[in-house]
This record gives sequence, C-alpha cells and structure tokens, in this order.
Amino acid sequence: MRIPIEKFITPDRKDSIKRTWYKFSSNPLSIIGLISVLIVTLSAIFAPVLAPYPESWGRWVDFSQACQPPSWKHPFGTDIYGRDILSRIMFGFRYDLLMAICILAMVVPTGTFLGLIAGYYRGTWIDTVIMRITDIFLAIPSIVLALAICALLKPSLFNSMMAVSLLWWPWYSRLAYSIASSLRNEYFVLAAELIGAHPLYIIFSEILPNCLAPIFTKMTLDVGWVILIGATLSFVGLGAQEPTPALGTMVSVGAKYMPDYWWMTIFPALAIAFTILGFNLLGDGIRDALAIEEI
Amino acid sequence: MSMVSYVAKRLFYSIFVLIGLSILIFTLTRIIPGDPARLALGPLAPEWAVERLREKLHLNDPLPVQYIIWLKNAIQGDLGESLVSKRPVVKDFLTYFPATLELVIFSTIIATILAILIGAVAGRYANSWFDNLARIFTYIGISVPGFVWAILLLFLFGYIWKVLPTMGQLSPGLPRPPVRTGMMSIDALLVGRWDVFIDHLKHMILPALCLSIGRIAQESRILRAGIIENLKKDYIAAAISYGIPERRIMLSYLLKPSMIPMVAVMGMDIAGSMGGSYIIETIFNWPGFGRYSLWAMLNKDLNATIASVMLMGMFFAIFNIIVDVIVAYLDPRIRVMERAT
Amino acid sequence: MSENLLEVKDLYVNYKIYEGILKVLNGVNLTVKKKEKVGLIGESGCGKTTTMKAIMRILPDNALIPNGNIFYKGRDILKMSDDEIQKIRRENISMIFQDPTAALNPVLTVGAQLMDVIKYSTDEELTKREIRELAIKALKDVALPDPERILKNYPIMLSGGMRQRICIAMALISAKELLIADEPGTNLDVTIQDQILRLIGRLVEERGISVILISHALGAVKGLVDKVYVMYAGDIVEMAPTEKLFSDPIHPYTQALFKTVPKLTGGGIPEAIKGRIPDYINPPKGCRFAPRCIHAMPICMKEKPPLKNIEGEREVACFLYE
Repeated sequence: MRIPIEKFITPDRKDSIKRTWYKFSSNPLSIIGLISVLIVTLSAIFAPVLAPYPESWGRWVDFSQACQPPSWKHPFGTDIYGRDILSRIMFGFRYDLLMAICILAMVVPTGTFLGLIAGYYRGTWIDTVIMRITDIFLAIPSIVLALAICALLKPSLFNSMMAVSLLWWPWYSRLAYSIASSLRNEYFVLAAELIGAHPLYIIFSEILPNCLAPIFTKMTLDVGWVILIGATLSFVGLGAQEPTPALGTMVSVGAKYMPDYWWMTIFPALAIAFTILGFNLLGDGIRDALAIEEI
Repeated sequence: MSMVSYVAKRLFYSIFVLIGLSILIFTLTRIIPGDPARLALGPLAPEWAVERLREKLHLNDPLPVQYIIWLKNAIQGDLGESLVSKRPVVKDFLTYFPATLELVIFSTIIATILAILIGAVAGRYANSWFDNLARIFTYIGISVPGFVWAILLLFLFGYIWKVLPTMGQLSPGLPRPPVRTGMMSIDALLVGRWDVFIDHLKHMILPALCLSIGRIAQESRILRAGIIENLKKDYIAAAISYGIPERRIMLSYLLKPSMIPMVAVMGMDIAGSMGGSYIIETIFNWPGFGRYSLWAMLNKDLNATIASVMLMGMFFAIFNIIVDVIVAYLDPRIRVMERAT
Repeated sequence: MSENLLEVKDLYVNYKIYEGILKVLNGVNLTVKKKEKVGLIGESGCGKTTTMKAIMRILPDNALIPNGNIFYKGRDILKMSDDEIQKIRRENISMIFQDPTAALNPVLTVGAQLMDVIKYSTDEELTKREIRELAIKALKDVALPDPERILKNYPIMLSGGMRQRICIAMALISAKELLIADEPGTNLDVTIQDQILRLIGRLVEERGISVILISHALGAVKGLVDKVYVMYAGDIVEMAPTEKLFSDPIHPYTQALFKTVPKLTGGGIPEAIKGRIPDYINPPKGCRFAPRCIHAMPICMKEKPPLKNIEGEREVACFLYE
C-alpha cells in the first residue's frame, strides 16, 4: 500500500514565500539587482516598441545623424552610420540574454545528468570516463578554450553559443558528481536499491532533489559569467558579427574611434557592466534569501 | 615523505590529463572547415604550393597518424612552425613569454597585497562603512569583464587625465635594454637604466590593473568570508580568554586559517590571469604570449594554437599542484586526511 | 566569612538575531568565594555558557547587556577598560571550553598555542627556553606523557582526552584565582570524563583556585563542589550546599530534574518534565518555569520570583517559599 504524500505535514508554502521575499527585499543590493535585470529583460523583449529608433538595430544608414555626441535626441549618441546607440543597446540585450538562456538550458541538464550518473556509478568505468573527460575540459581557463574553439569555427553568434556550451557543462558535472558520490552510500539510497528501484528512478527521485539547491545557486551565479564570456568573445570578433548589435561587438567596433567618439564604445561597455552586475546582485540576493540563518 | 609522493601522484595524473587535452584540441583543429594551408599561403598562391604545404604539414594523413607525428615531435621539443610568423613555435614562445610572465607577476603582487588588505579589514570590521564600500567594489569588480575595465581605464587615465601611457612597453625615445631575461623591468635594472625601468613600470600599470581587478574582488571576498566565519569560532574566544593580545590573535590565529580558502583559489586565478592576458595584451599592444596566441587563433595558425592551449594546460596543472601543496602546508588537517586515505 | 571573589548581580543578557531579540539571561545572581568550588547545573540552552562568557567578556558581537553587574574583587568587570580586563584574563580568571577540539586552533601546533599563553600570562620577559620549559611542566601537570612530542603536534593528531587536558593546562596558566570549567569532558568517553573531572578537582585543590564547574550531568558535579546553583531558562532557581541539594531539593524544577535521572538502585521509570523550554524571543512573564510547574500559582504567571535566602546558606527563587 502506498502512502500518499499529501498526508504528510508540509510547511506552509505561502508563508515561506512571503518570508523569503521579506529577506530578499531587506537587502538593498538585491533590489538593485532585481531592478537592473528587469530593465535589461524588458528592454530586450520589448525593444521594437521601447527603443526610440527601432530601425537602428540592423543595416541602416542616415549619415546626417552620424557621429552625434550624446544629446536629448540621442541620449547615447550615434555611431558612424547614424544609428542610435541607445536603441542598439536595447536590441543588444537580446543577444546576451539569448545566449545566457540557451547555453544554460543546454548545459545545466546535460552536465548535471552526466555528473549524477558518474556519481551514482562511482568507482566503475562510467565514473572514470565521464570524470576524466570533465577534467580535460577543465584543464585550462575557460576563456582560452572558448577562444580556441571559437577561433576555429566561423565567427557567429550561434557558433559562439555552441563553443561556450561545449566547455561549460563540466562545471555542472563536477558539482553534481561531488554531491551524488557523497550521497551514493547513504542509507536512503541503499534502501531504495534494496527494494528494487531502477537506478534512473533513484538518481532522479532520491539524489537529484539534494542537488537542486547548489545547482540552482550555481546557475544564478553563472548567468553573469556566461554573459561575460559571450561579451568577451564578441569583443574579439568571434561572436555575433556586424550589423548585429551584440554589446561586445559594439564595444570593439566603437573602440576604433576612441577617444574622439568615445560614446560609441563607452556606453555599450557600461551596458555590459550594468547587465552582468545586475544578474550577479540578483543571484546573490536569491542565494542569501534562501539560505539558512545562523545565530 | 608523503608530500613527495603526493606531488608525484598529481604530476603523473596531470600528464594524462594533458595528453587528453592535446587529443581534444588537436582533433578540433583538424576537423574544422577551411584549409589551413590555403589560409597560410593566401588566395593568390598556386595550387601546387598549397599542396606541397599540405604534405609538409601531414594534413592529408589520417587523424591518428597526424596526432602521433605531432606527439613525437612535441616530446622532443618541436611544436612545429607557426604558419603566421614562419618561425618555430617554440622560438616564438621564448621570445614573447617573458613579457607575459612579467605582467602576470606584477599583477599578482598587486592583487595579492590588495586582496589581503581589503579582505582582512572588511572581515574584521564587518558591516562597517569600509566593509560596505568593499562589498560594492567587490560586486563591481567581479561583474565587469577585463576588456571593459581596459576600455574604461584607458579612457580615464589615458585620455581624460593623461597620466599613464596607453600602449606598448616603452615610450618612444627610450632605448630598449638588451634582452637578458626577456622581462624588460629586470633587464633595465641589470644595465642600471633607472629611467627605463620607471617608464616601463608606468606602462605596466594599466594592463596589470585590468588583470588584477577581478582577482582582488573575488579573493578579498573569500578572505572576508573566511575571517567572519573564523571569528565566531571557539578558538578565537579561547585565545582572547587566555589574555593573548588582539594583534597577535588577528595575525596568527585568525589570518592563517582564513587565508586557506583564498590561497586555494589563487592558483586558478593566476592561471586565469594568463588567460585574461590574451585579451588585455591585445588591447594594450603588449608584446606577450597572450597577444601572440590570440593572433594565432584568429588566423587559424594551427600549430601555434595547439601549442598555446597546451602551454596553458601545463601552467594550470603546475599552479594547481603548487597551490595544493601550499594549502596542505598551511592546514595540517589536510595532511592528516591525506595520510588516512 | 571570606569576602566574595566573584559576584554576578542581576545580570541580563540579550542576543540580537534575525528573528528578534533573544532575552536569554533574566537577572542571574551568582557568588563565588575564595577557594570555593561552585557547581552550575541546568539543561542545554539555559544560559550557563552565556553567563560565563559574560564574566570573561567574550560574548559575541550581537550580544547586549542591558542591565547587571559582575563584581570581581569589588570592581565591576563590565565597566572595566580593555587593558584591565585583559590583565584579568591573562592572570586571574580563565575558562576551559566545552569542546576542546573547537577551542584549539587547528592550524597551529600545540606548542605554539601553549607557549603563547605562557608568554602573555606574565609581565616579565621570559626567554624562549624558559617558556618552553614552563610549557613542558604544564603538560606534565595534567598528566600528559611525552610532552616534547605533544608540543610539536597539531591538535588534529591527538585524541579527545589529550586535547581536553591541553585546554586544562592552558586555562590553569592564566587562572590564578578563578577557573571556569564549561562541561569538561562531555564530548568524551564516560571513563575519560571521570578522569578529567578528578584531574580538575585535584589541581584546583592543590593550587587553591576557586572553580565554577558547569555541567548538565548531575552526578558529575556531586563529588567535586561545595555548593550548587541550578539554572533554568536564564534564571537561577535554586542554590544549596551539594549534600543538601541532592538530598532535599526544594525548587519544583530541581525536584523534577532529579526525577528524570535513572537510578541504578531501582525506583521505576524516570519521568520527563512536561512541556518545553520557553521561547527566548517571547519569554513568559513572571517565573519562566511556571508554564511547566505542577505547583504553579496565579502570582507565578505575573511576577518573577526573586532569589531569596532561606535557612542561611540556601537560596531559592519560588513563590512557594515566600
């Protein structure tokens, strides 16, 4: 006879959500992070509507407006083709966010799954193979591997996303592995095995829930990192290409015109910093609000 | 004795990882679309010249054979020729590497001193104005990519307040010292040219700063967390209760255990600085191994790319081992646990 | 009648935590005379360690002392300057912590820590050699074999019992007048705990030091101390000479406490005390034990019973004895 889960005492969900929000909102930095992320996200989604000059995102020229310094008409100035930089930045948020979402969507499940399997089958050849491959990918700083892979492929947004995904999954494997392998020999896992549960069931229903918190934490921290690497790659010219307004590309293109037309590169650079900072503050705030208080 | 065997074990293991890495990067360079030989010689070169280069580079052989050939040469110290500079890659490295080493050492010194100072004071006086300021700085420092710092700092110090030079290693008009170590600062000192030394140092400040900011932010944060954590520990209260003066407690009892997690991260961070140098050196036109490697990658210079990746892997492994040894020295609990396994 | 060495008077201590303010100590009164051995018993979490930490002024940063005095030889510790309290810590009072593993710095050798304590325990300049010899002597005093080797070791390499003895040695160096022993040996084997307690008893007797011995194990205290304080939820509820307390407890809490101890001589199943210790953020008004007390009267819920002296050498805080 199976005991239905609902009969067990569960904590009051609504109350704990309110409590978490209270803890979160009591930290001003977390609120700043939340607002920043909202600005970036809303700009990205509603760029065609919100941007003052929506045609600026692509191939468009209006030389009468070219190289204008920041003014009321163009708060961040214009580039050499006459495109409004503020609008381009708003469209540019799309690419960074897209990159972060796609990469994490691919990397987190794959990496976690591999790590869980390696941890569960700890000591066998499965563990050795998966973990050694993980070690190889983590043998050099991520940026170098990202540059190497991207440089060998044709530069594009898609390829840079693939490259970063390829080198990011090992971090999650390692995390999942360390948790899974330490839980492997706990009694609740052994008990499940004894009653004949299928290994996949054990991995997903018994071990995985214990990993969710650290993985979620890492994910919130990683959003910032992925955007950072993405911006670096586009800065070097290996990411999205002109005329796509990826922020890193805008910085590198604009840098050629320093110092006279400084706004062409400074504002996109600040936009990058703003985005990453916002995600980091938000991630930290979520982490702190969900953490256990110690007296 | 267990320390020696521990290091030997790690080195042995690292070699395997490096071999794996070499296979990975080698395979990647050979399966990419595009013809490296054609790229090297340019679109105007005749087909027979391209074919001859392809033969020379063994590009027509099956992949495993190519790898074995590469490995055999690599062990003997021959990493092939750069398709861009037409010189042996090893020679290129020896030329450019010391400049990067100089930059990384300089930035490490700055980063370590500042990280310890900021982290220790912020941790000791947690929630004070200093701590809050440090926290803001930490967030900004971690979040902003190196190249953004480079652009901003260049703008601030190179153009608005023209106090620091922006490019290269030396101002025009000053003679380059003869190359002894390859590190210009040391070379300048060796010939007694104080002015060259100072000028060179000025050129190093901005790039070194860009490399260190992220590290200072991260490491000071770790130190701060360690100090806050350890301040609550009983052995600090015990030491106070025995009447040991506060200064001694801060330095010997608190700093030492708190620094352990920070040191553990430093190995990765130093290697990370070498990775960051790829971008920073390119921006500041610093003639180092980073700039050379990035240029090689962008130009699909296969040999140099592979060699660059392998070199990074080697350094990473060595730094991690050194750091692990230092951490084991600082924390006797790890030594005991190692012995037990 | 020798004068009081230590007198804790109406001490209130609060801790500020995220959820609110923990009003832990609710007016603690305690006295220790010269060469007197005092026991302090009570459940975990009733504030024994907090009181002791307040005496040594090593409370954590989020602790507040809204009211109270701690008189040491007539002077209020809470009002002393940092230098004065440092001197007292170095020379007069010291504490043996509950968990010897936590009380020793894991990254320093035993020798380094022990020699530090010796070096700062006195104003005179000692040479390294002298300090080392004093260290070896201190270790021998606590019956540790092979002191030279122990000095070179790190705490993790030693057993729990050895670490406890080292902590005792370190405390004795900087305690010439008062030693506070916070549940010594609780984390150890019962037989080792017995040895440790006997060792402490012997050493304080030899050196003429007063001692406050804290324990939540009732039997441990019995053979060693002259008088016992019983503490509940931040209040001292009873004090009596050891014999009298164990043979004839008068406070309802003490009586209930003794009923919870299983006896080897038979006597049925021990009864647990009904209820739970109070929530320190919203403690009960009046007597803090009243919600669980079988003799509770209406006045107990409204007013806090003061600690009164009865029969000369006994004290009790209960309205049953007004």
